[in-house]
Amino acid sequence: MCLKGSESEYQRNRSSHARGVEKAAEILFGLCGMSAILAVGSITLYMIVNGIPAVLQVGWKEILFSTVWMPTAKEPSFGIFSVILTSIAGTFLAVLIGVPLAVLTAVFLSEVAPAHLASIVRPAVELLAGIPSVIYGVLGMMVLNPLMYRLEQWIFADSETHQFTGGANLLSAAIVLAVMILPTVITISEAAIRAVPPELMASSLALGASFVQTIFRVTLPAAKSGILTAVVLGIGRAMGEAMAISLVSGNSVNLPLPFMSVRFLTTAIVSEMGYAGGLHRQVLFTIGLVLFGFIMVINLVLHRILKGEGRP
Amino acid sequence: MYQRKWNKSTMKRTALKRTRLHLLGVIFVIGLLAGTGSHRGWQERLAKFSSTQGQPAQSSQDISINGKVVMAGSTSMESLANALAEGFMNRYPQVTVTAEFTGSSAGIEAVLAGQADIGNSSRQLHPAEQAAGVVEHVVAIDGIVIVTNMENGVTGLTREQLCGIYQGTIRNWQEVGGSNEAVVVIGREAGSGTREAFEAYLGLEDGCSYANELNSTGAVMARVSSTPGAVGYVSWEVLDDTVSVLSLEGVIPTEETIRDGRYGLSRPYVMVTKGEIEAQSRAVQEFFRYLDSEESRALLKKAGVIVSER
Repeated sequence: MCLKGSESEYQRNRSSHARGVEKAAEILFGLCGMSAILAVGSITLYMIVNGIPAVLQVGWKEILFSTVWMPTAKEPSFGIFSVILTSIAGTFLAVLIGVPLAVLTAVFLSEVAPAHLASIVRPAVELLAGIPSVIYGVLGMMVLNPLMYRLEQWIFADSETHQFTGGANLLSAAIVLAVMILPTVITISEAAIRAVPPELMASSLALGASFVQTIFRVTLPAAKSGILTAVVLGIGRAMGEAMAISLVSGNSVNLPLPFMSVRFLTTAIVSEMGYAGGLHRQVLFTIGLVLFGFIMVINLVLHRILKGEGRP
Repeated sequence: MYQRKWNKSTMKRTALKRTRLHLLGVIFVIGLLAGTGSHRGWQERLAKFSSTQGQPAQSSQDISINGKVVMAGSTSMESLANALAEGFMNRYPQVTVTAEFTGSSAGIEAVLAGQADIGNSSRQLHPAEQAAGVVEHVVAIDGIVIVTNMENGVTGLTREQLCGIYQGTIRNWQEVGGSNEAVVVIGREAGSGTREAFEAYLGLEDGCSYANELNSTGAVMARVSSTPGAVGYVSWEVLDDTVSVLSLEGVIPTEETIRDGRYGLSRPYVMVTKGEIEAQSRAVQEFFRYLDSEESRALLKKAGVIVSER
């Protein structure tokens, strides 16, 4: 009786203790979850509060659609149209170069490569993701730019108007970005391809389709939404990259032509923040806001895709 | 942008010579701190150090003043700020001097925001900044030097030729007596003090057409030294032998020609404070007094900074 009583007491104690732990853990998780929301919320608020004043002062049409960037002139002009176009064009080019390479690598890793080869390629891809962006930039500057300059000199040998950039141009930046998005796109595409049910491929092969036909007509379409996710993430990465491309793109504000020195949204902020003052500085925040908007749109698109994936 | 790590080289060398360290103690460490990164032996550096600054500094250390002096600002003024910080902390061991190199405007802004005591600016103050309450003190002169890649065979330019190059009308080095190589025009970003002074000299405010706009002196040096046909402008004191230095209007930039103004392309180095010096903390006031002393002038000269003659 006595024993029984103490036992139930013990259990009661234990359960109340356990309930306390549960409760505490719940609160802790909740707080951690809140901190992410708090961070996103405060950053959004900060960007808007700092980005809007310049818009009010200069006018959003003037900022977004003028191509003249002369922030320190007597009559300053803050047009970032070519900068926005450069970010779009650079990202597009990077995706154009990087995605085919990445998707085919993913196919190789998941379907073609023998195990021992895949075990070499896969860590290499993962390593690529871990290399700091400044290293990409320095390599681009030291290796890619001189090569690009030779190409530039060859192409524009007889040009009367071309301004030589020493190889620091849109194309260099796009190539560096393409390499930088490879790991993201490869890893996610590979997972998507692996998730395609083997029956699909088996049926295709059984119906007489060749291996290549099966890959391009069956496997890749079946993995479509996963690959699309990978591409969108790659776009996000390329759009937000600053360090590497600031070293290889030349940083002059020009329309995005392959052999022109160009400035991206990110590098526009990086390159002038140090010395900017007054309205100039505020416009740099507006550029940040524009970039932030782009990233938000990319994330919304991603969200849509992922939601669509959930549907049967 | 980054904070200078004072003791990085010290630590490296200390590790190498750990066995000797206990013999020489503190003086050795001070000697290493004074080393400007040259690869001479430590003995020589130590000897040189104690014969120039070491003795007077140690005999007159002042521990009555303590506190902090925070500097922020121009990347061009890095060697000046570092030399001053070292020298000052040597004399006033109770004071910590830190220097950040974030850019002239950022430095001035930091002073206005109360984050820094002294803003280093490699340009004169804008009217708006003066109206906001910062006061400027010119501490040194800097020459802006035209540098080119080693390969293009030009040794000097006139102001007119330089204008032509930076406006894009001279497009090949042949046109100014060099080798057959396309000109790659390199400059600094809008807002840079170096760019402002350079464009003002040419009378081309915001009228230059750059192929590359880089945001630090170091980046310009790297780009010019690695790109055939490149031309750029940098602060006099960062020069090294990876690039070739051009004379301007026939005047070769040297300490002397820059100081006496024969070399026309120069600008002031300015330290700014929020309000007059008298309104600053004791440590900061002492810092400005130190700045005016013979000791600091000798130190700055040694660091390659051009101080004006009195």
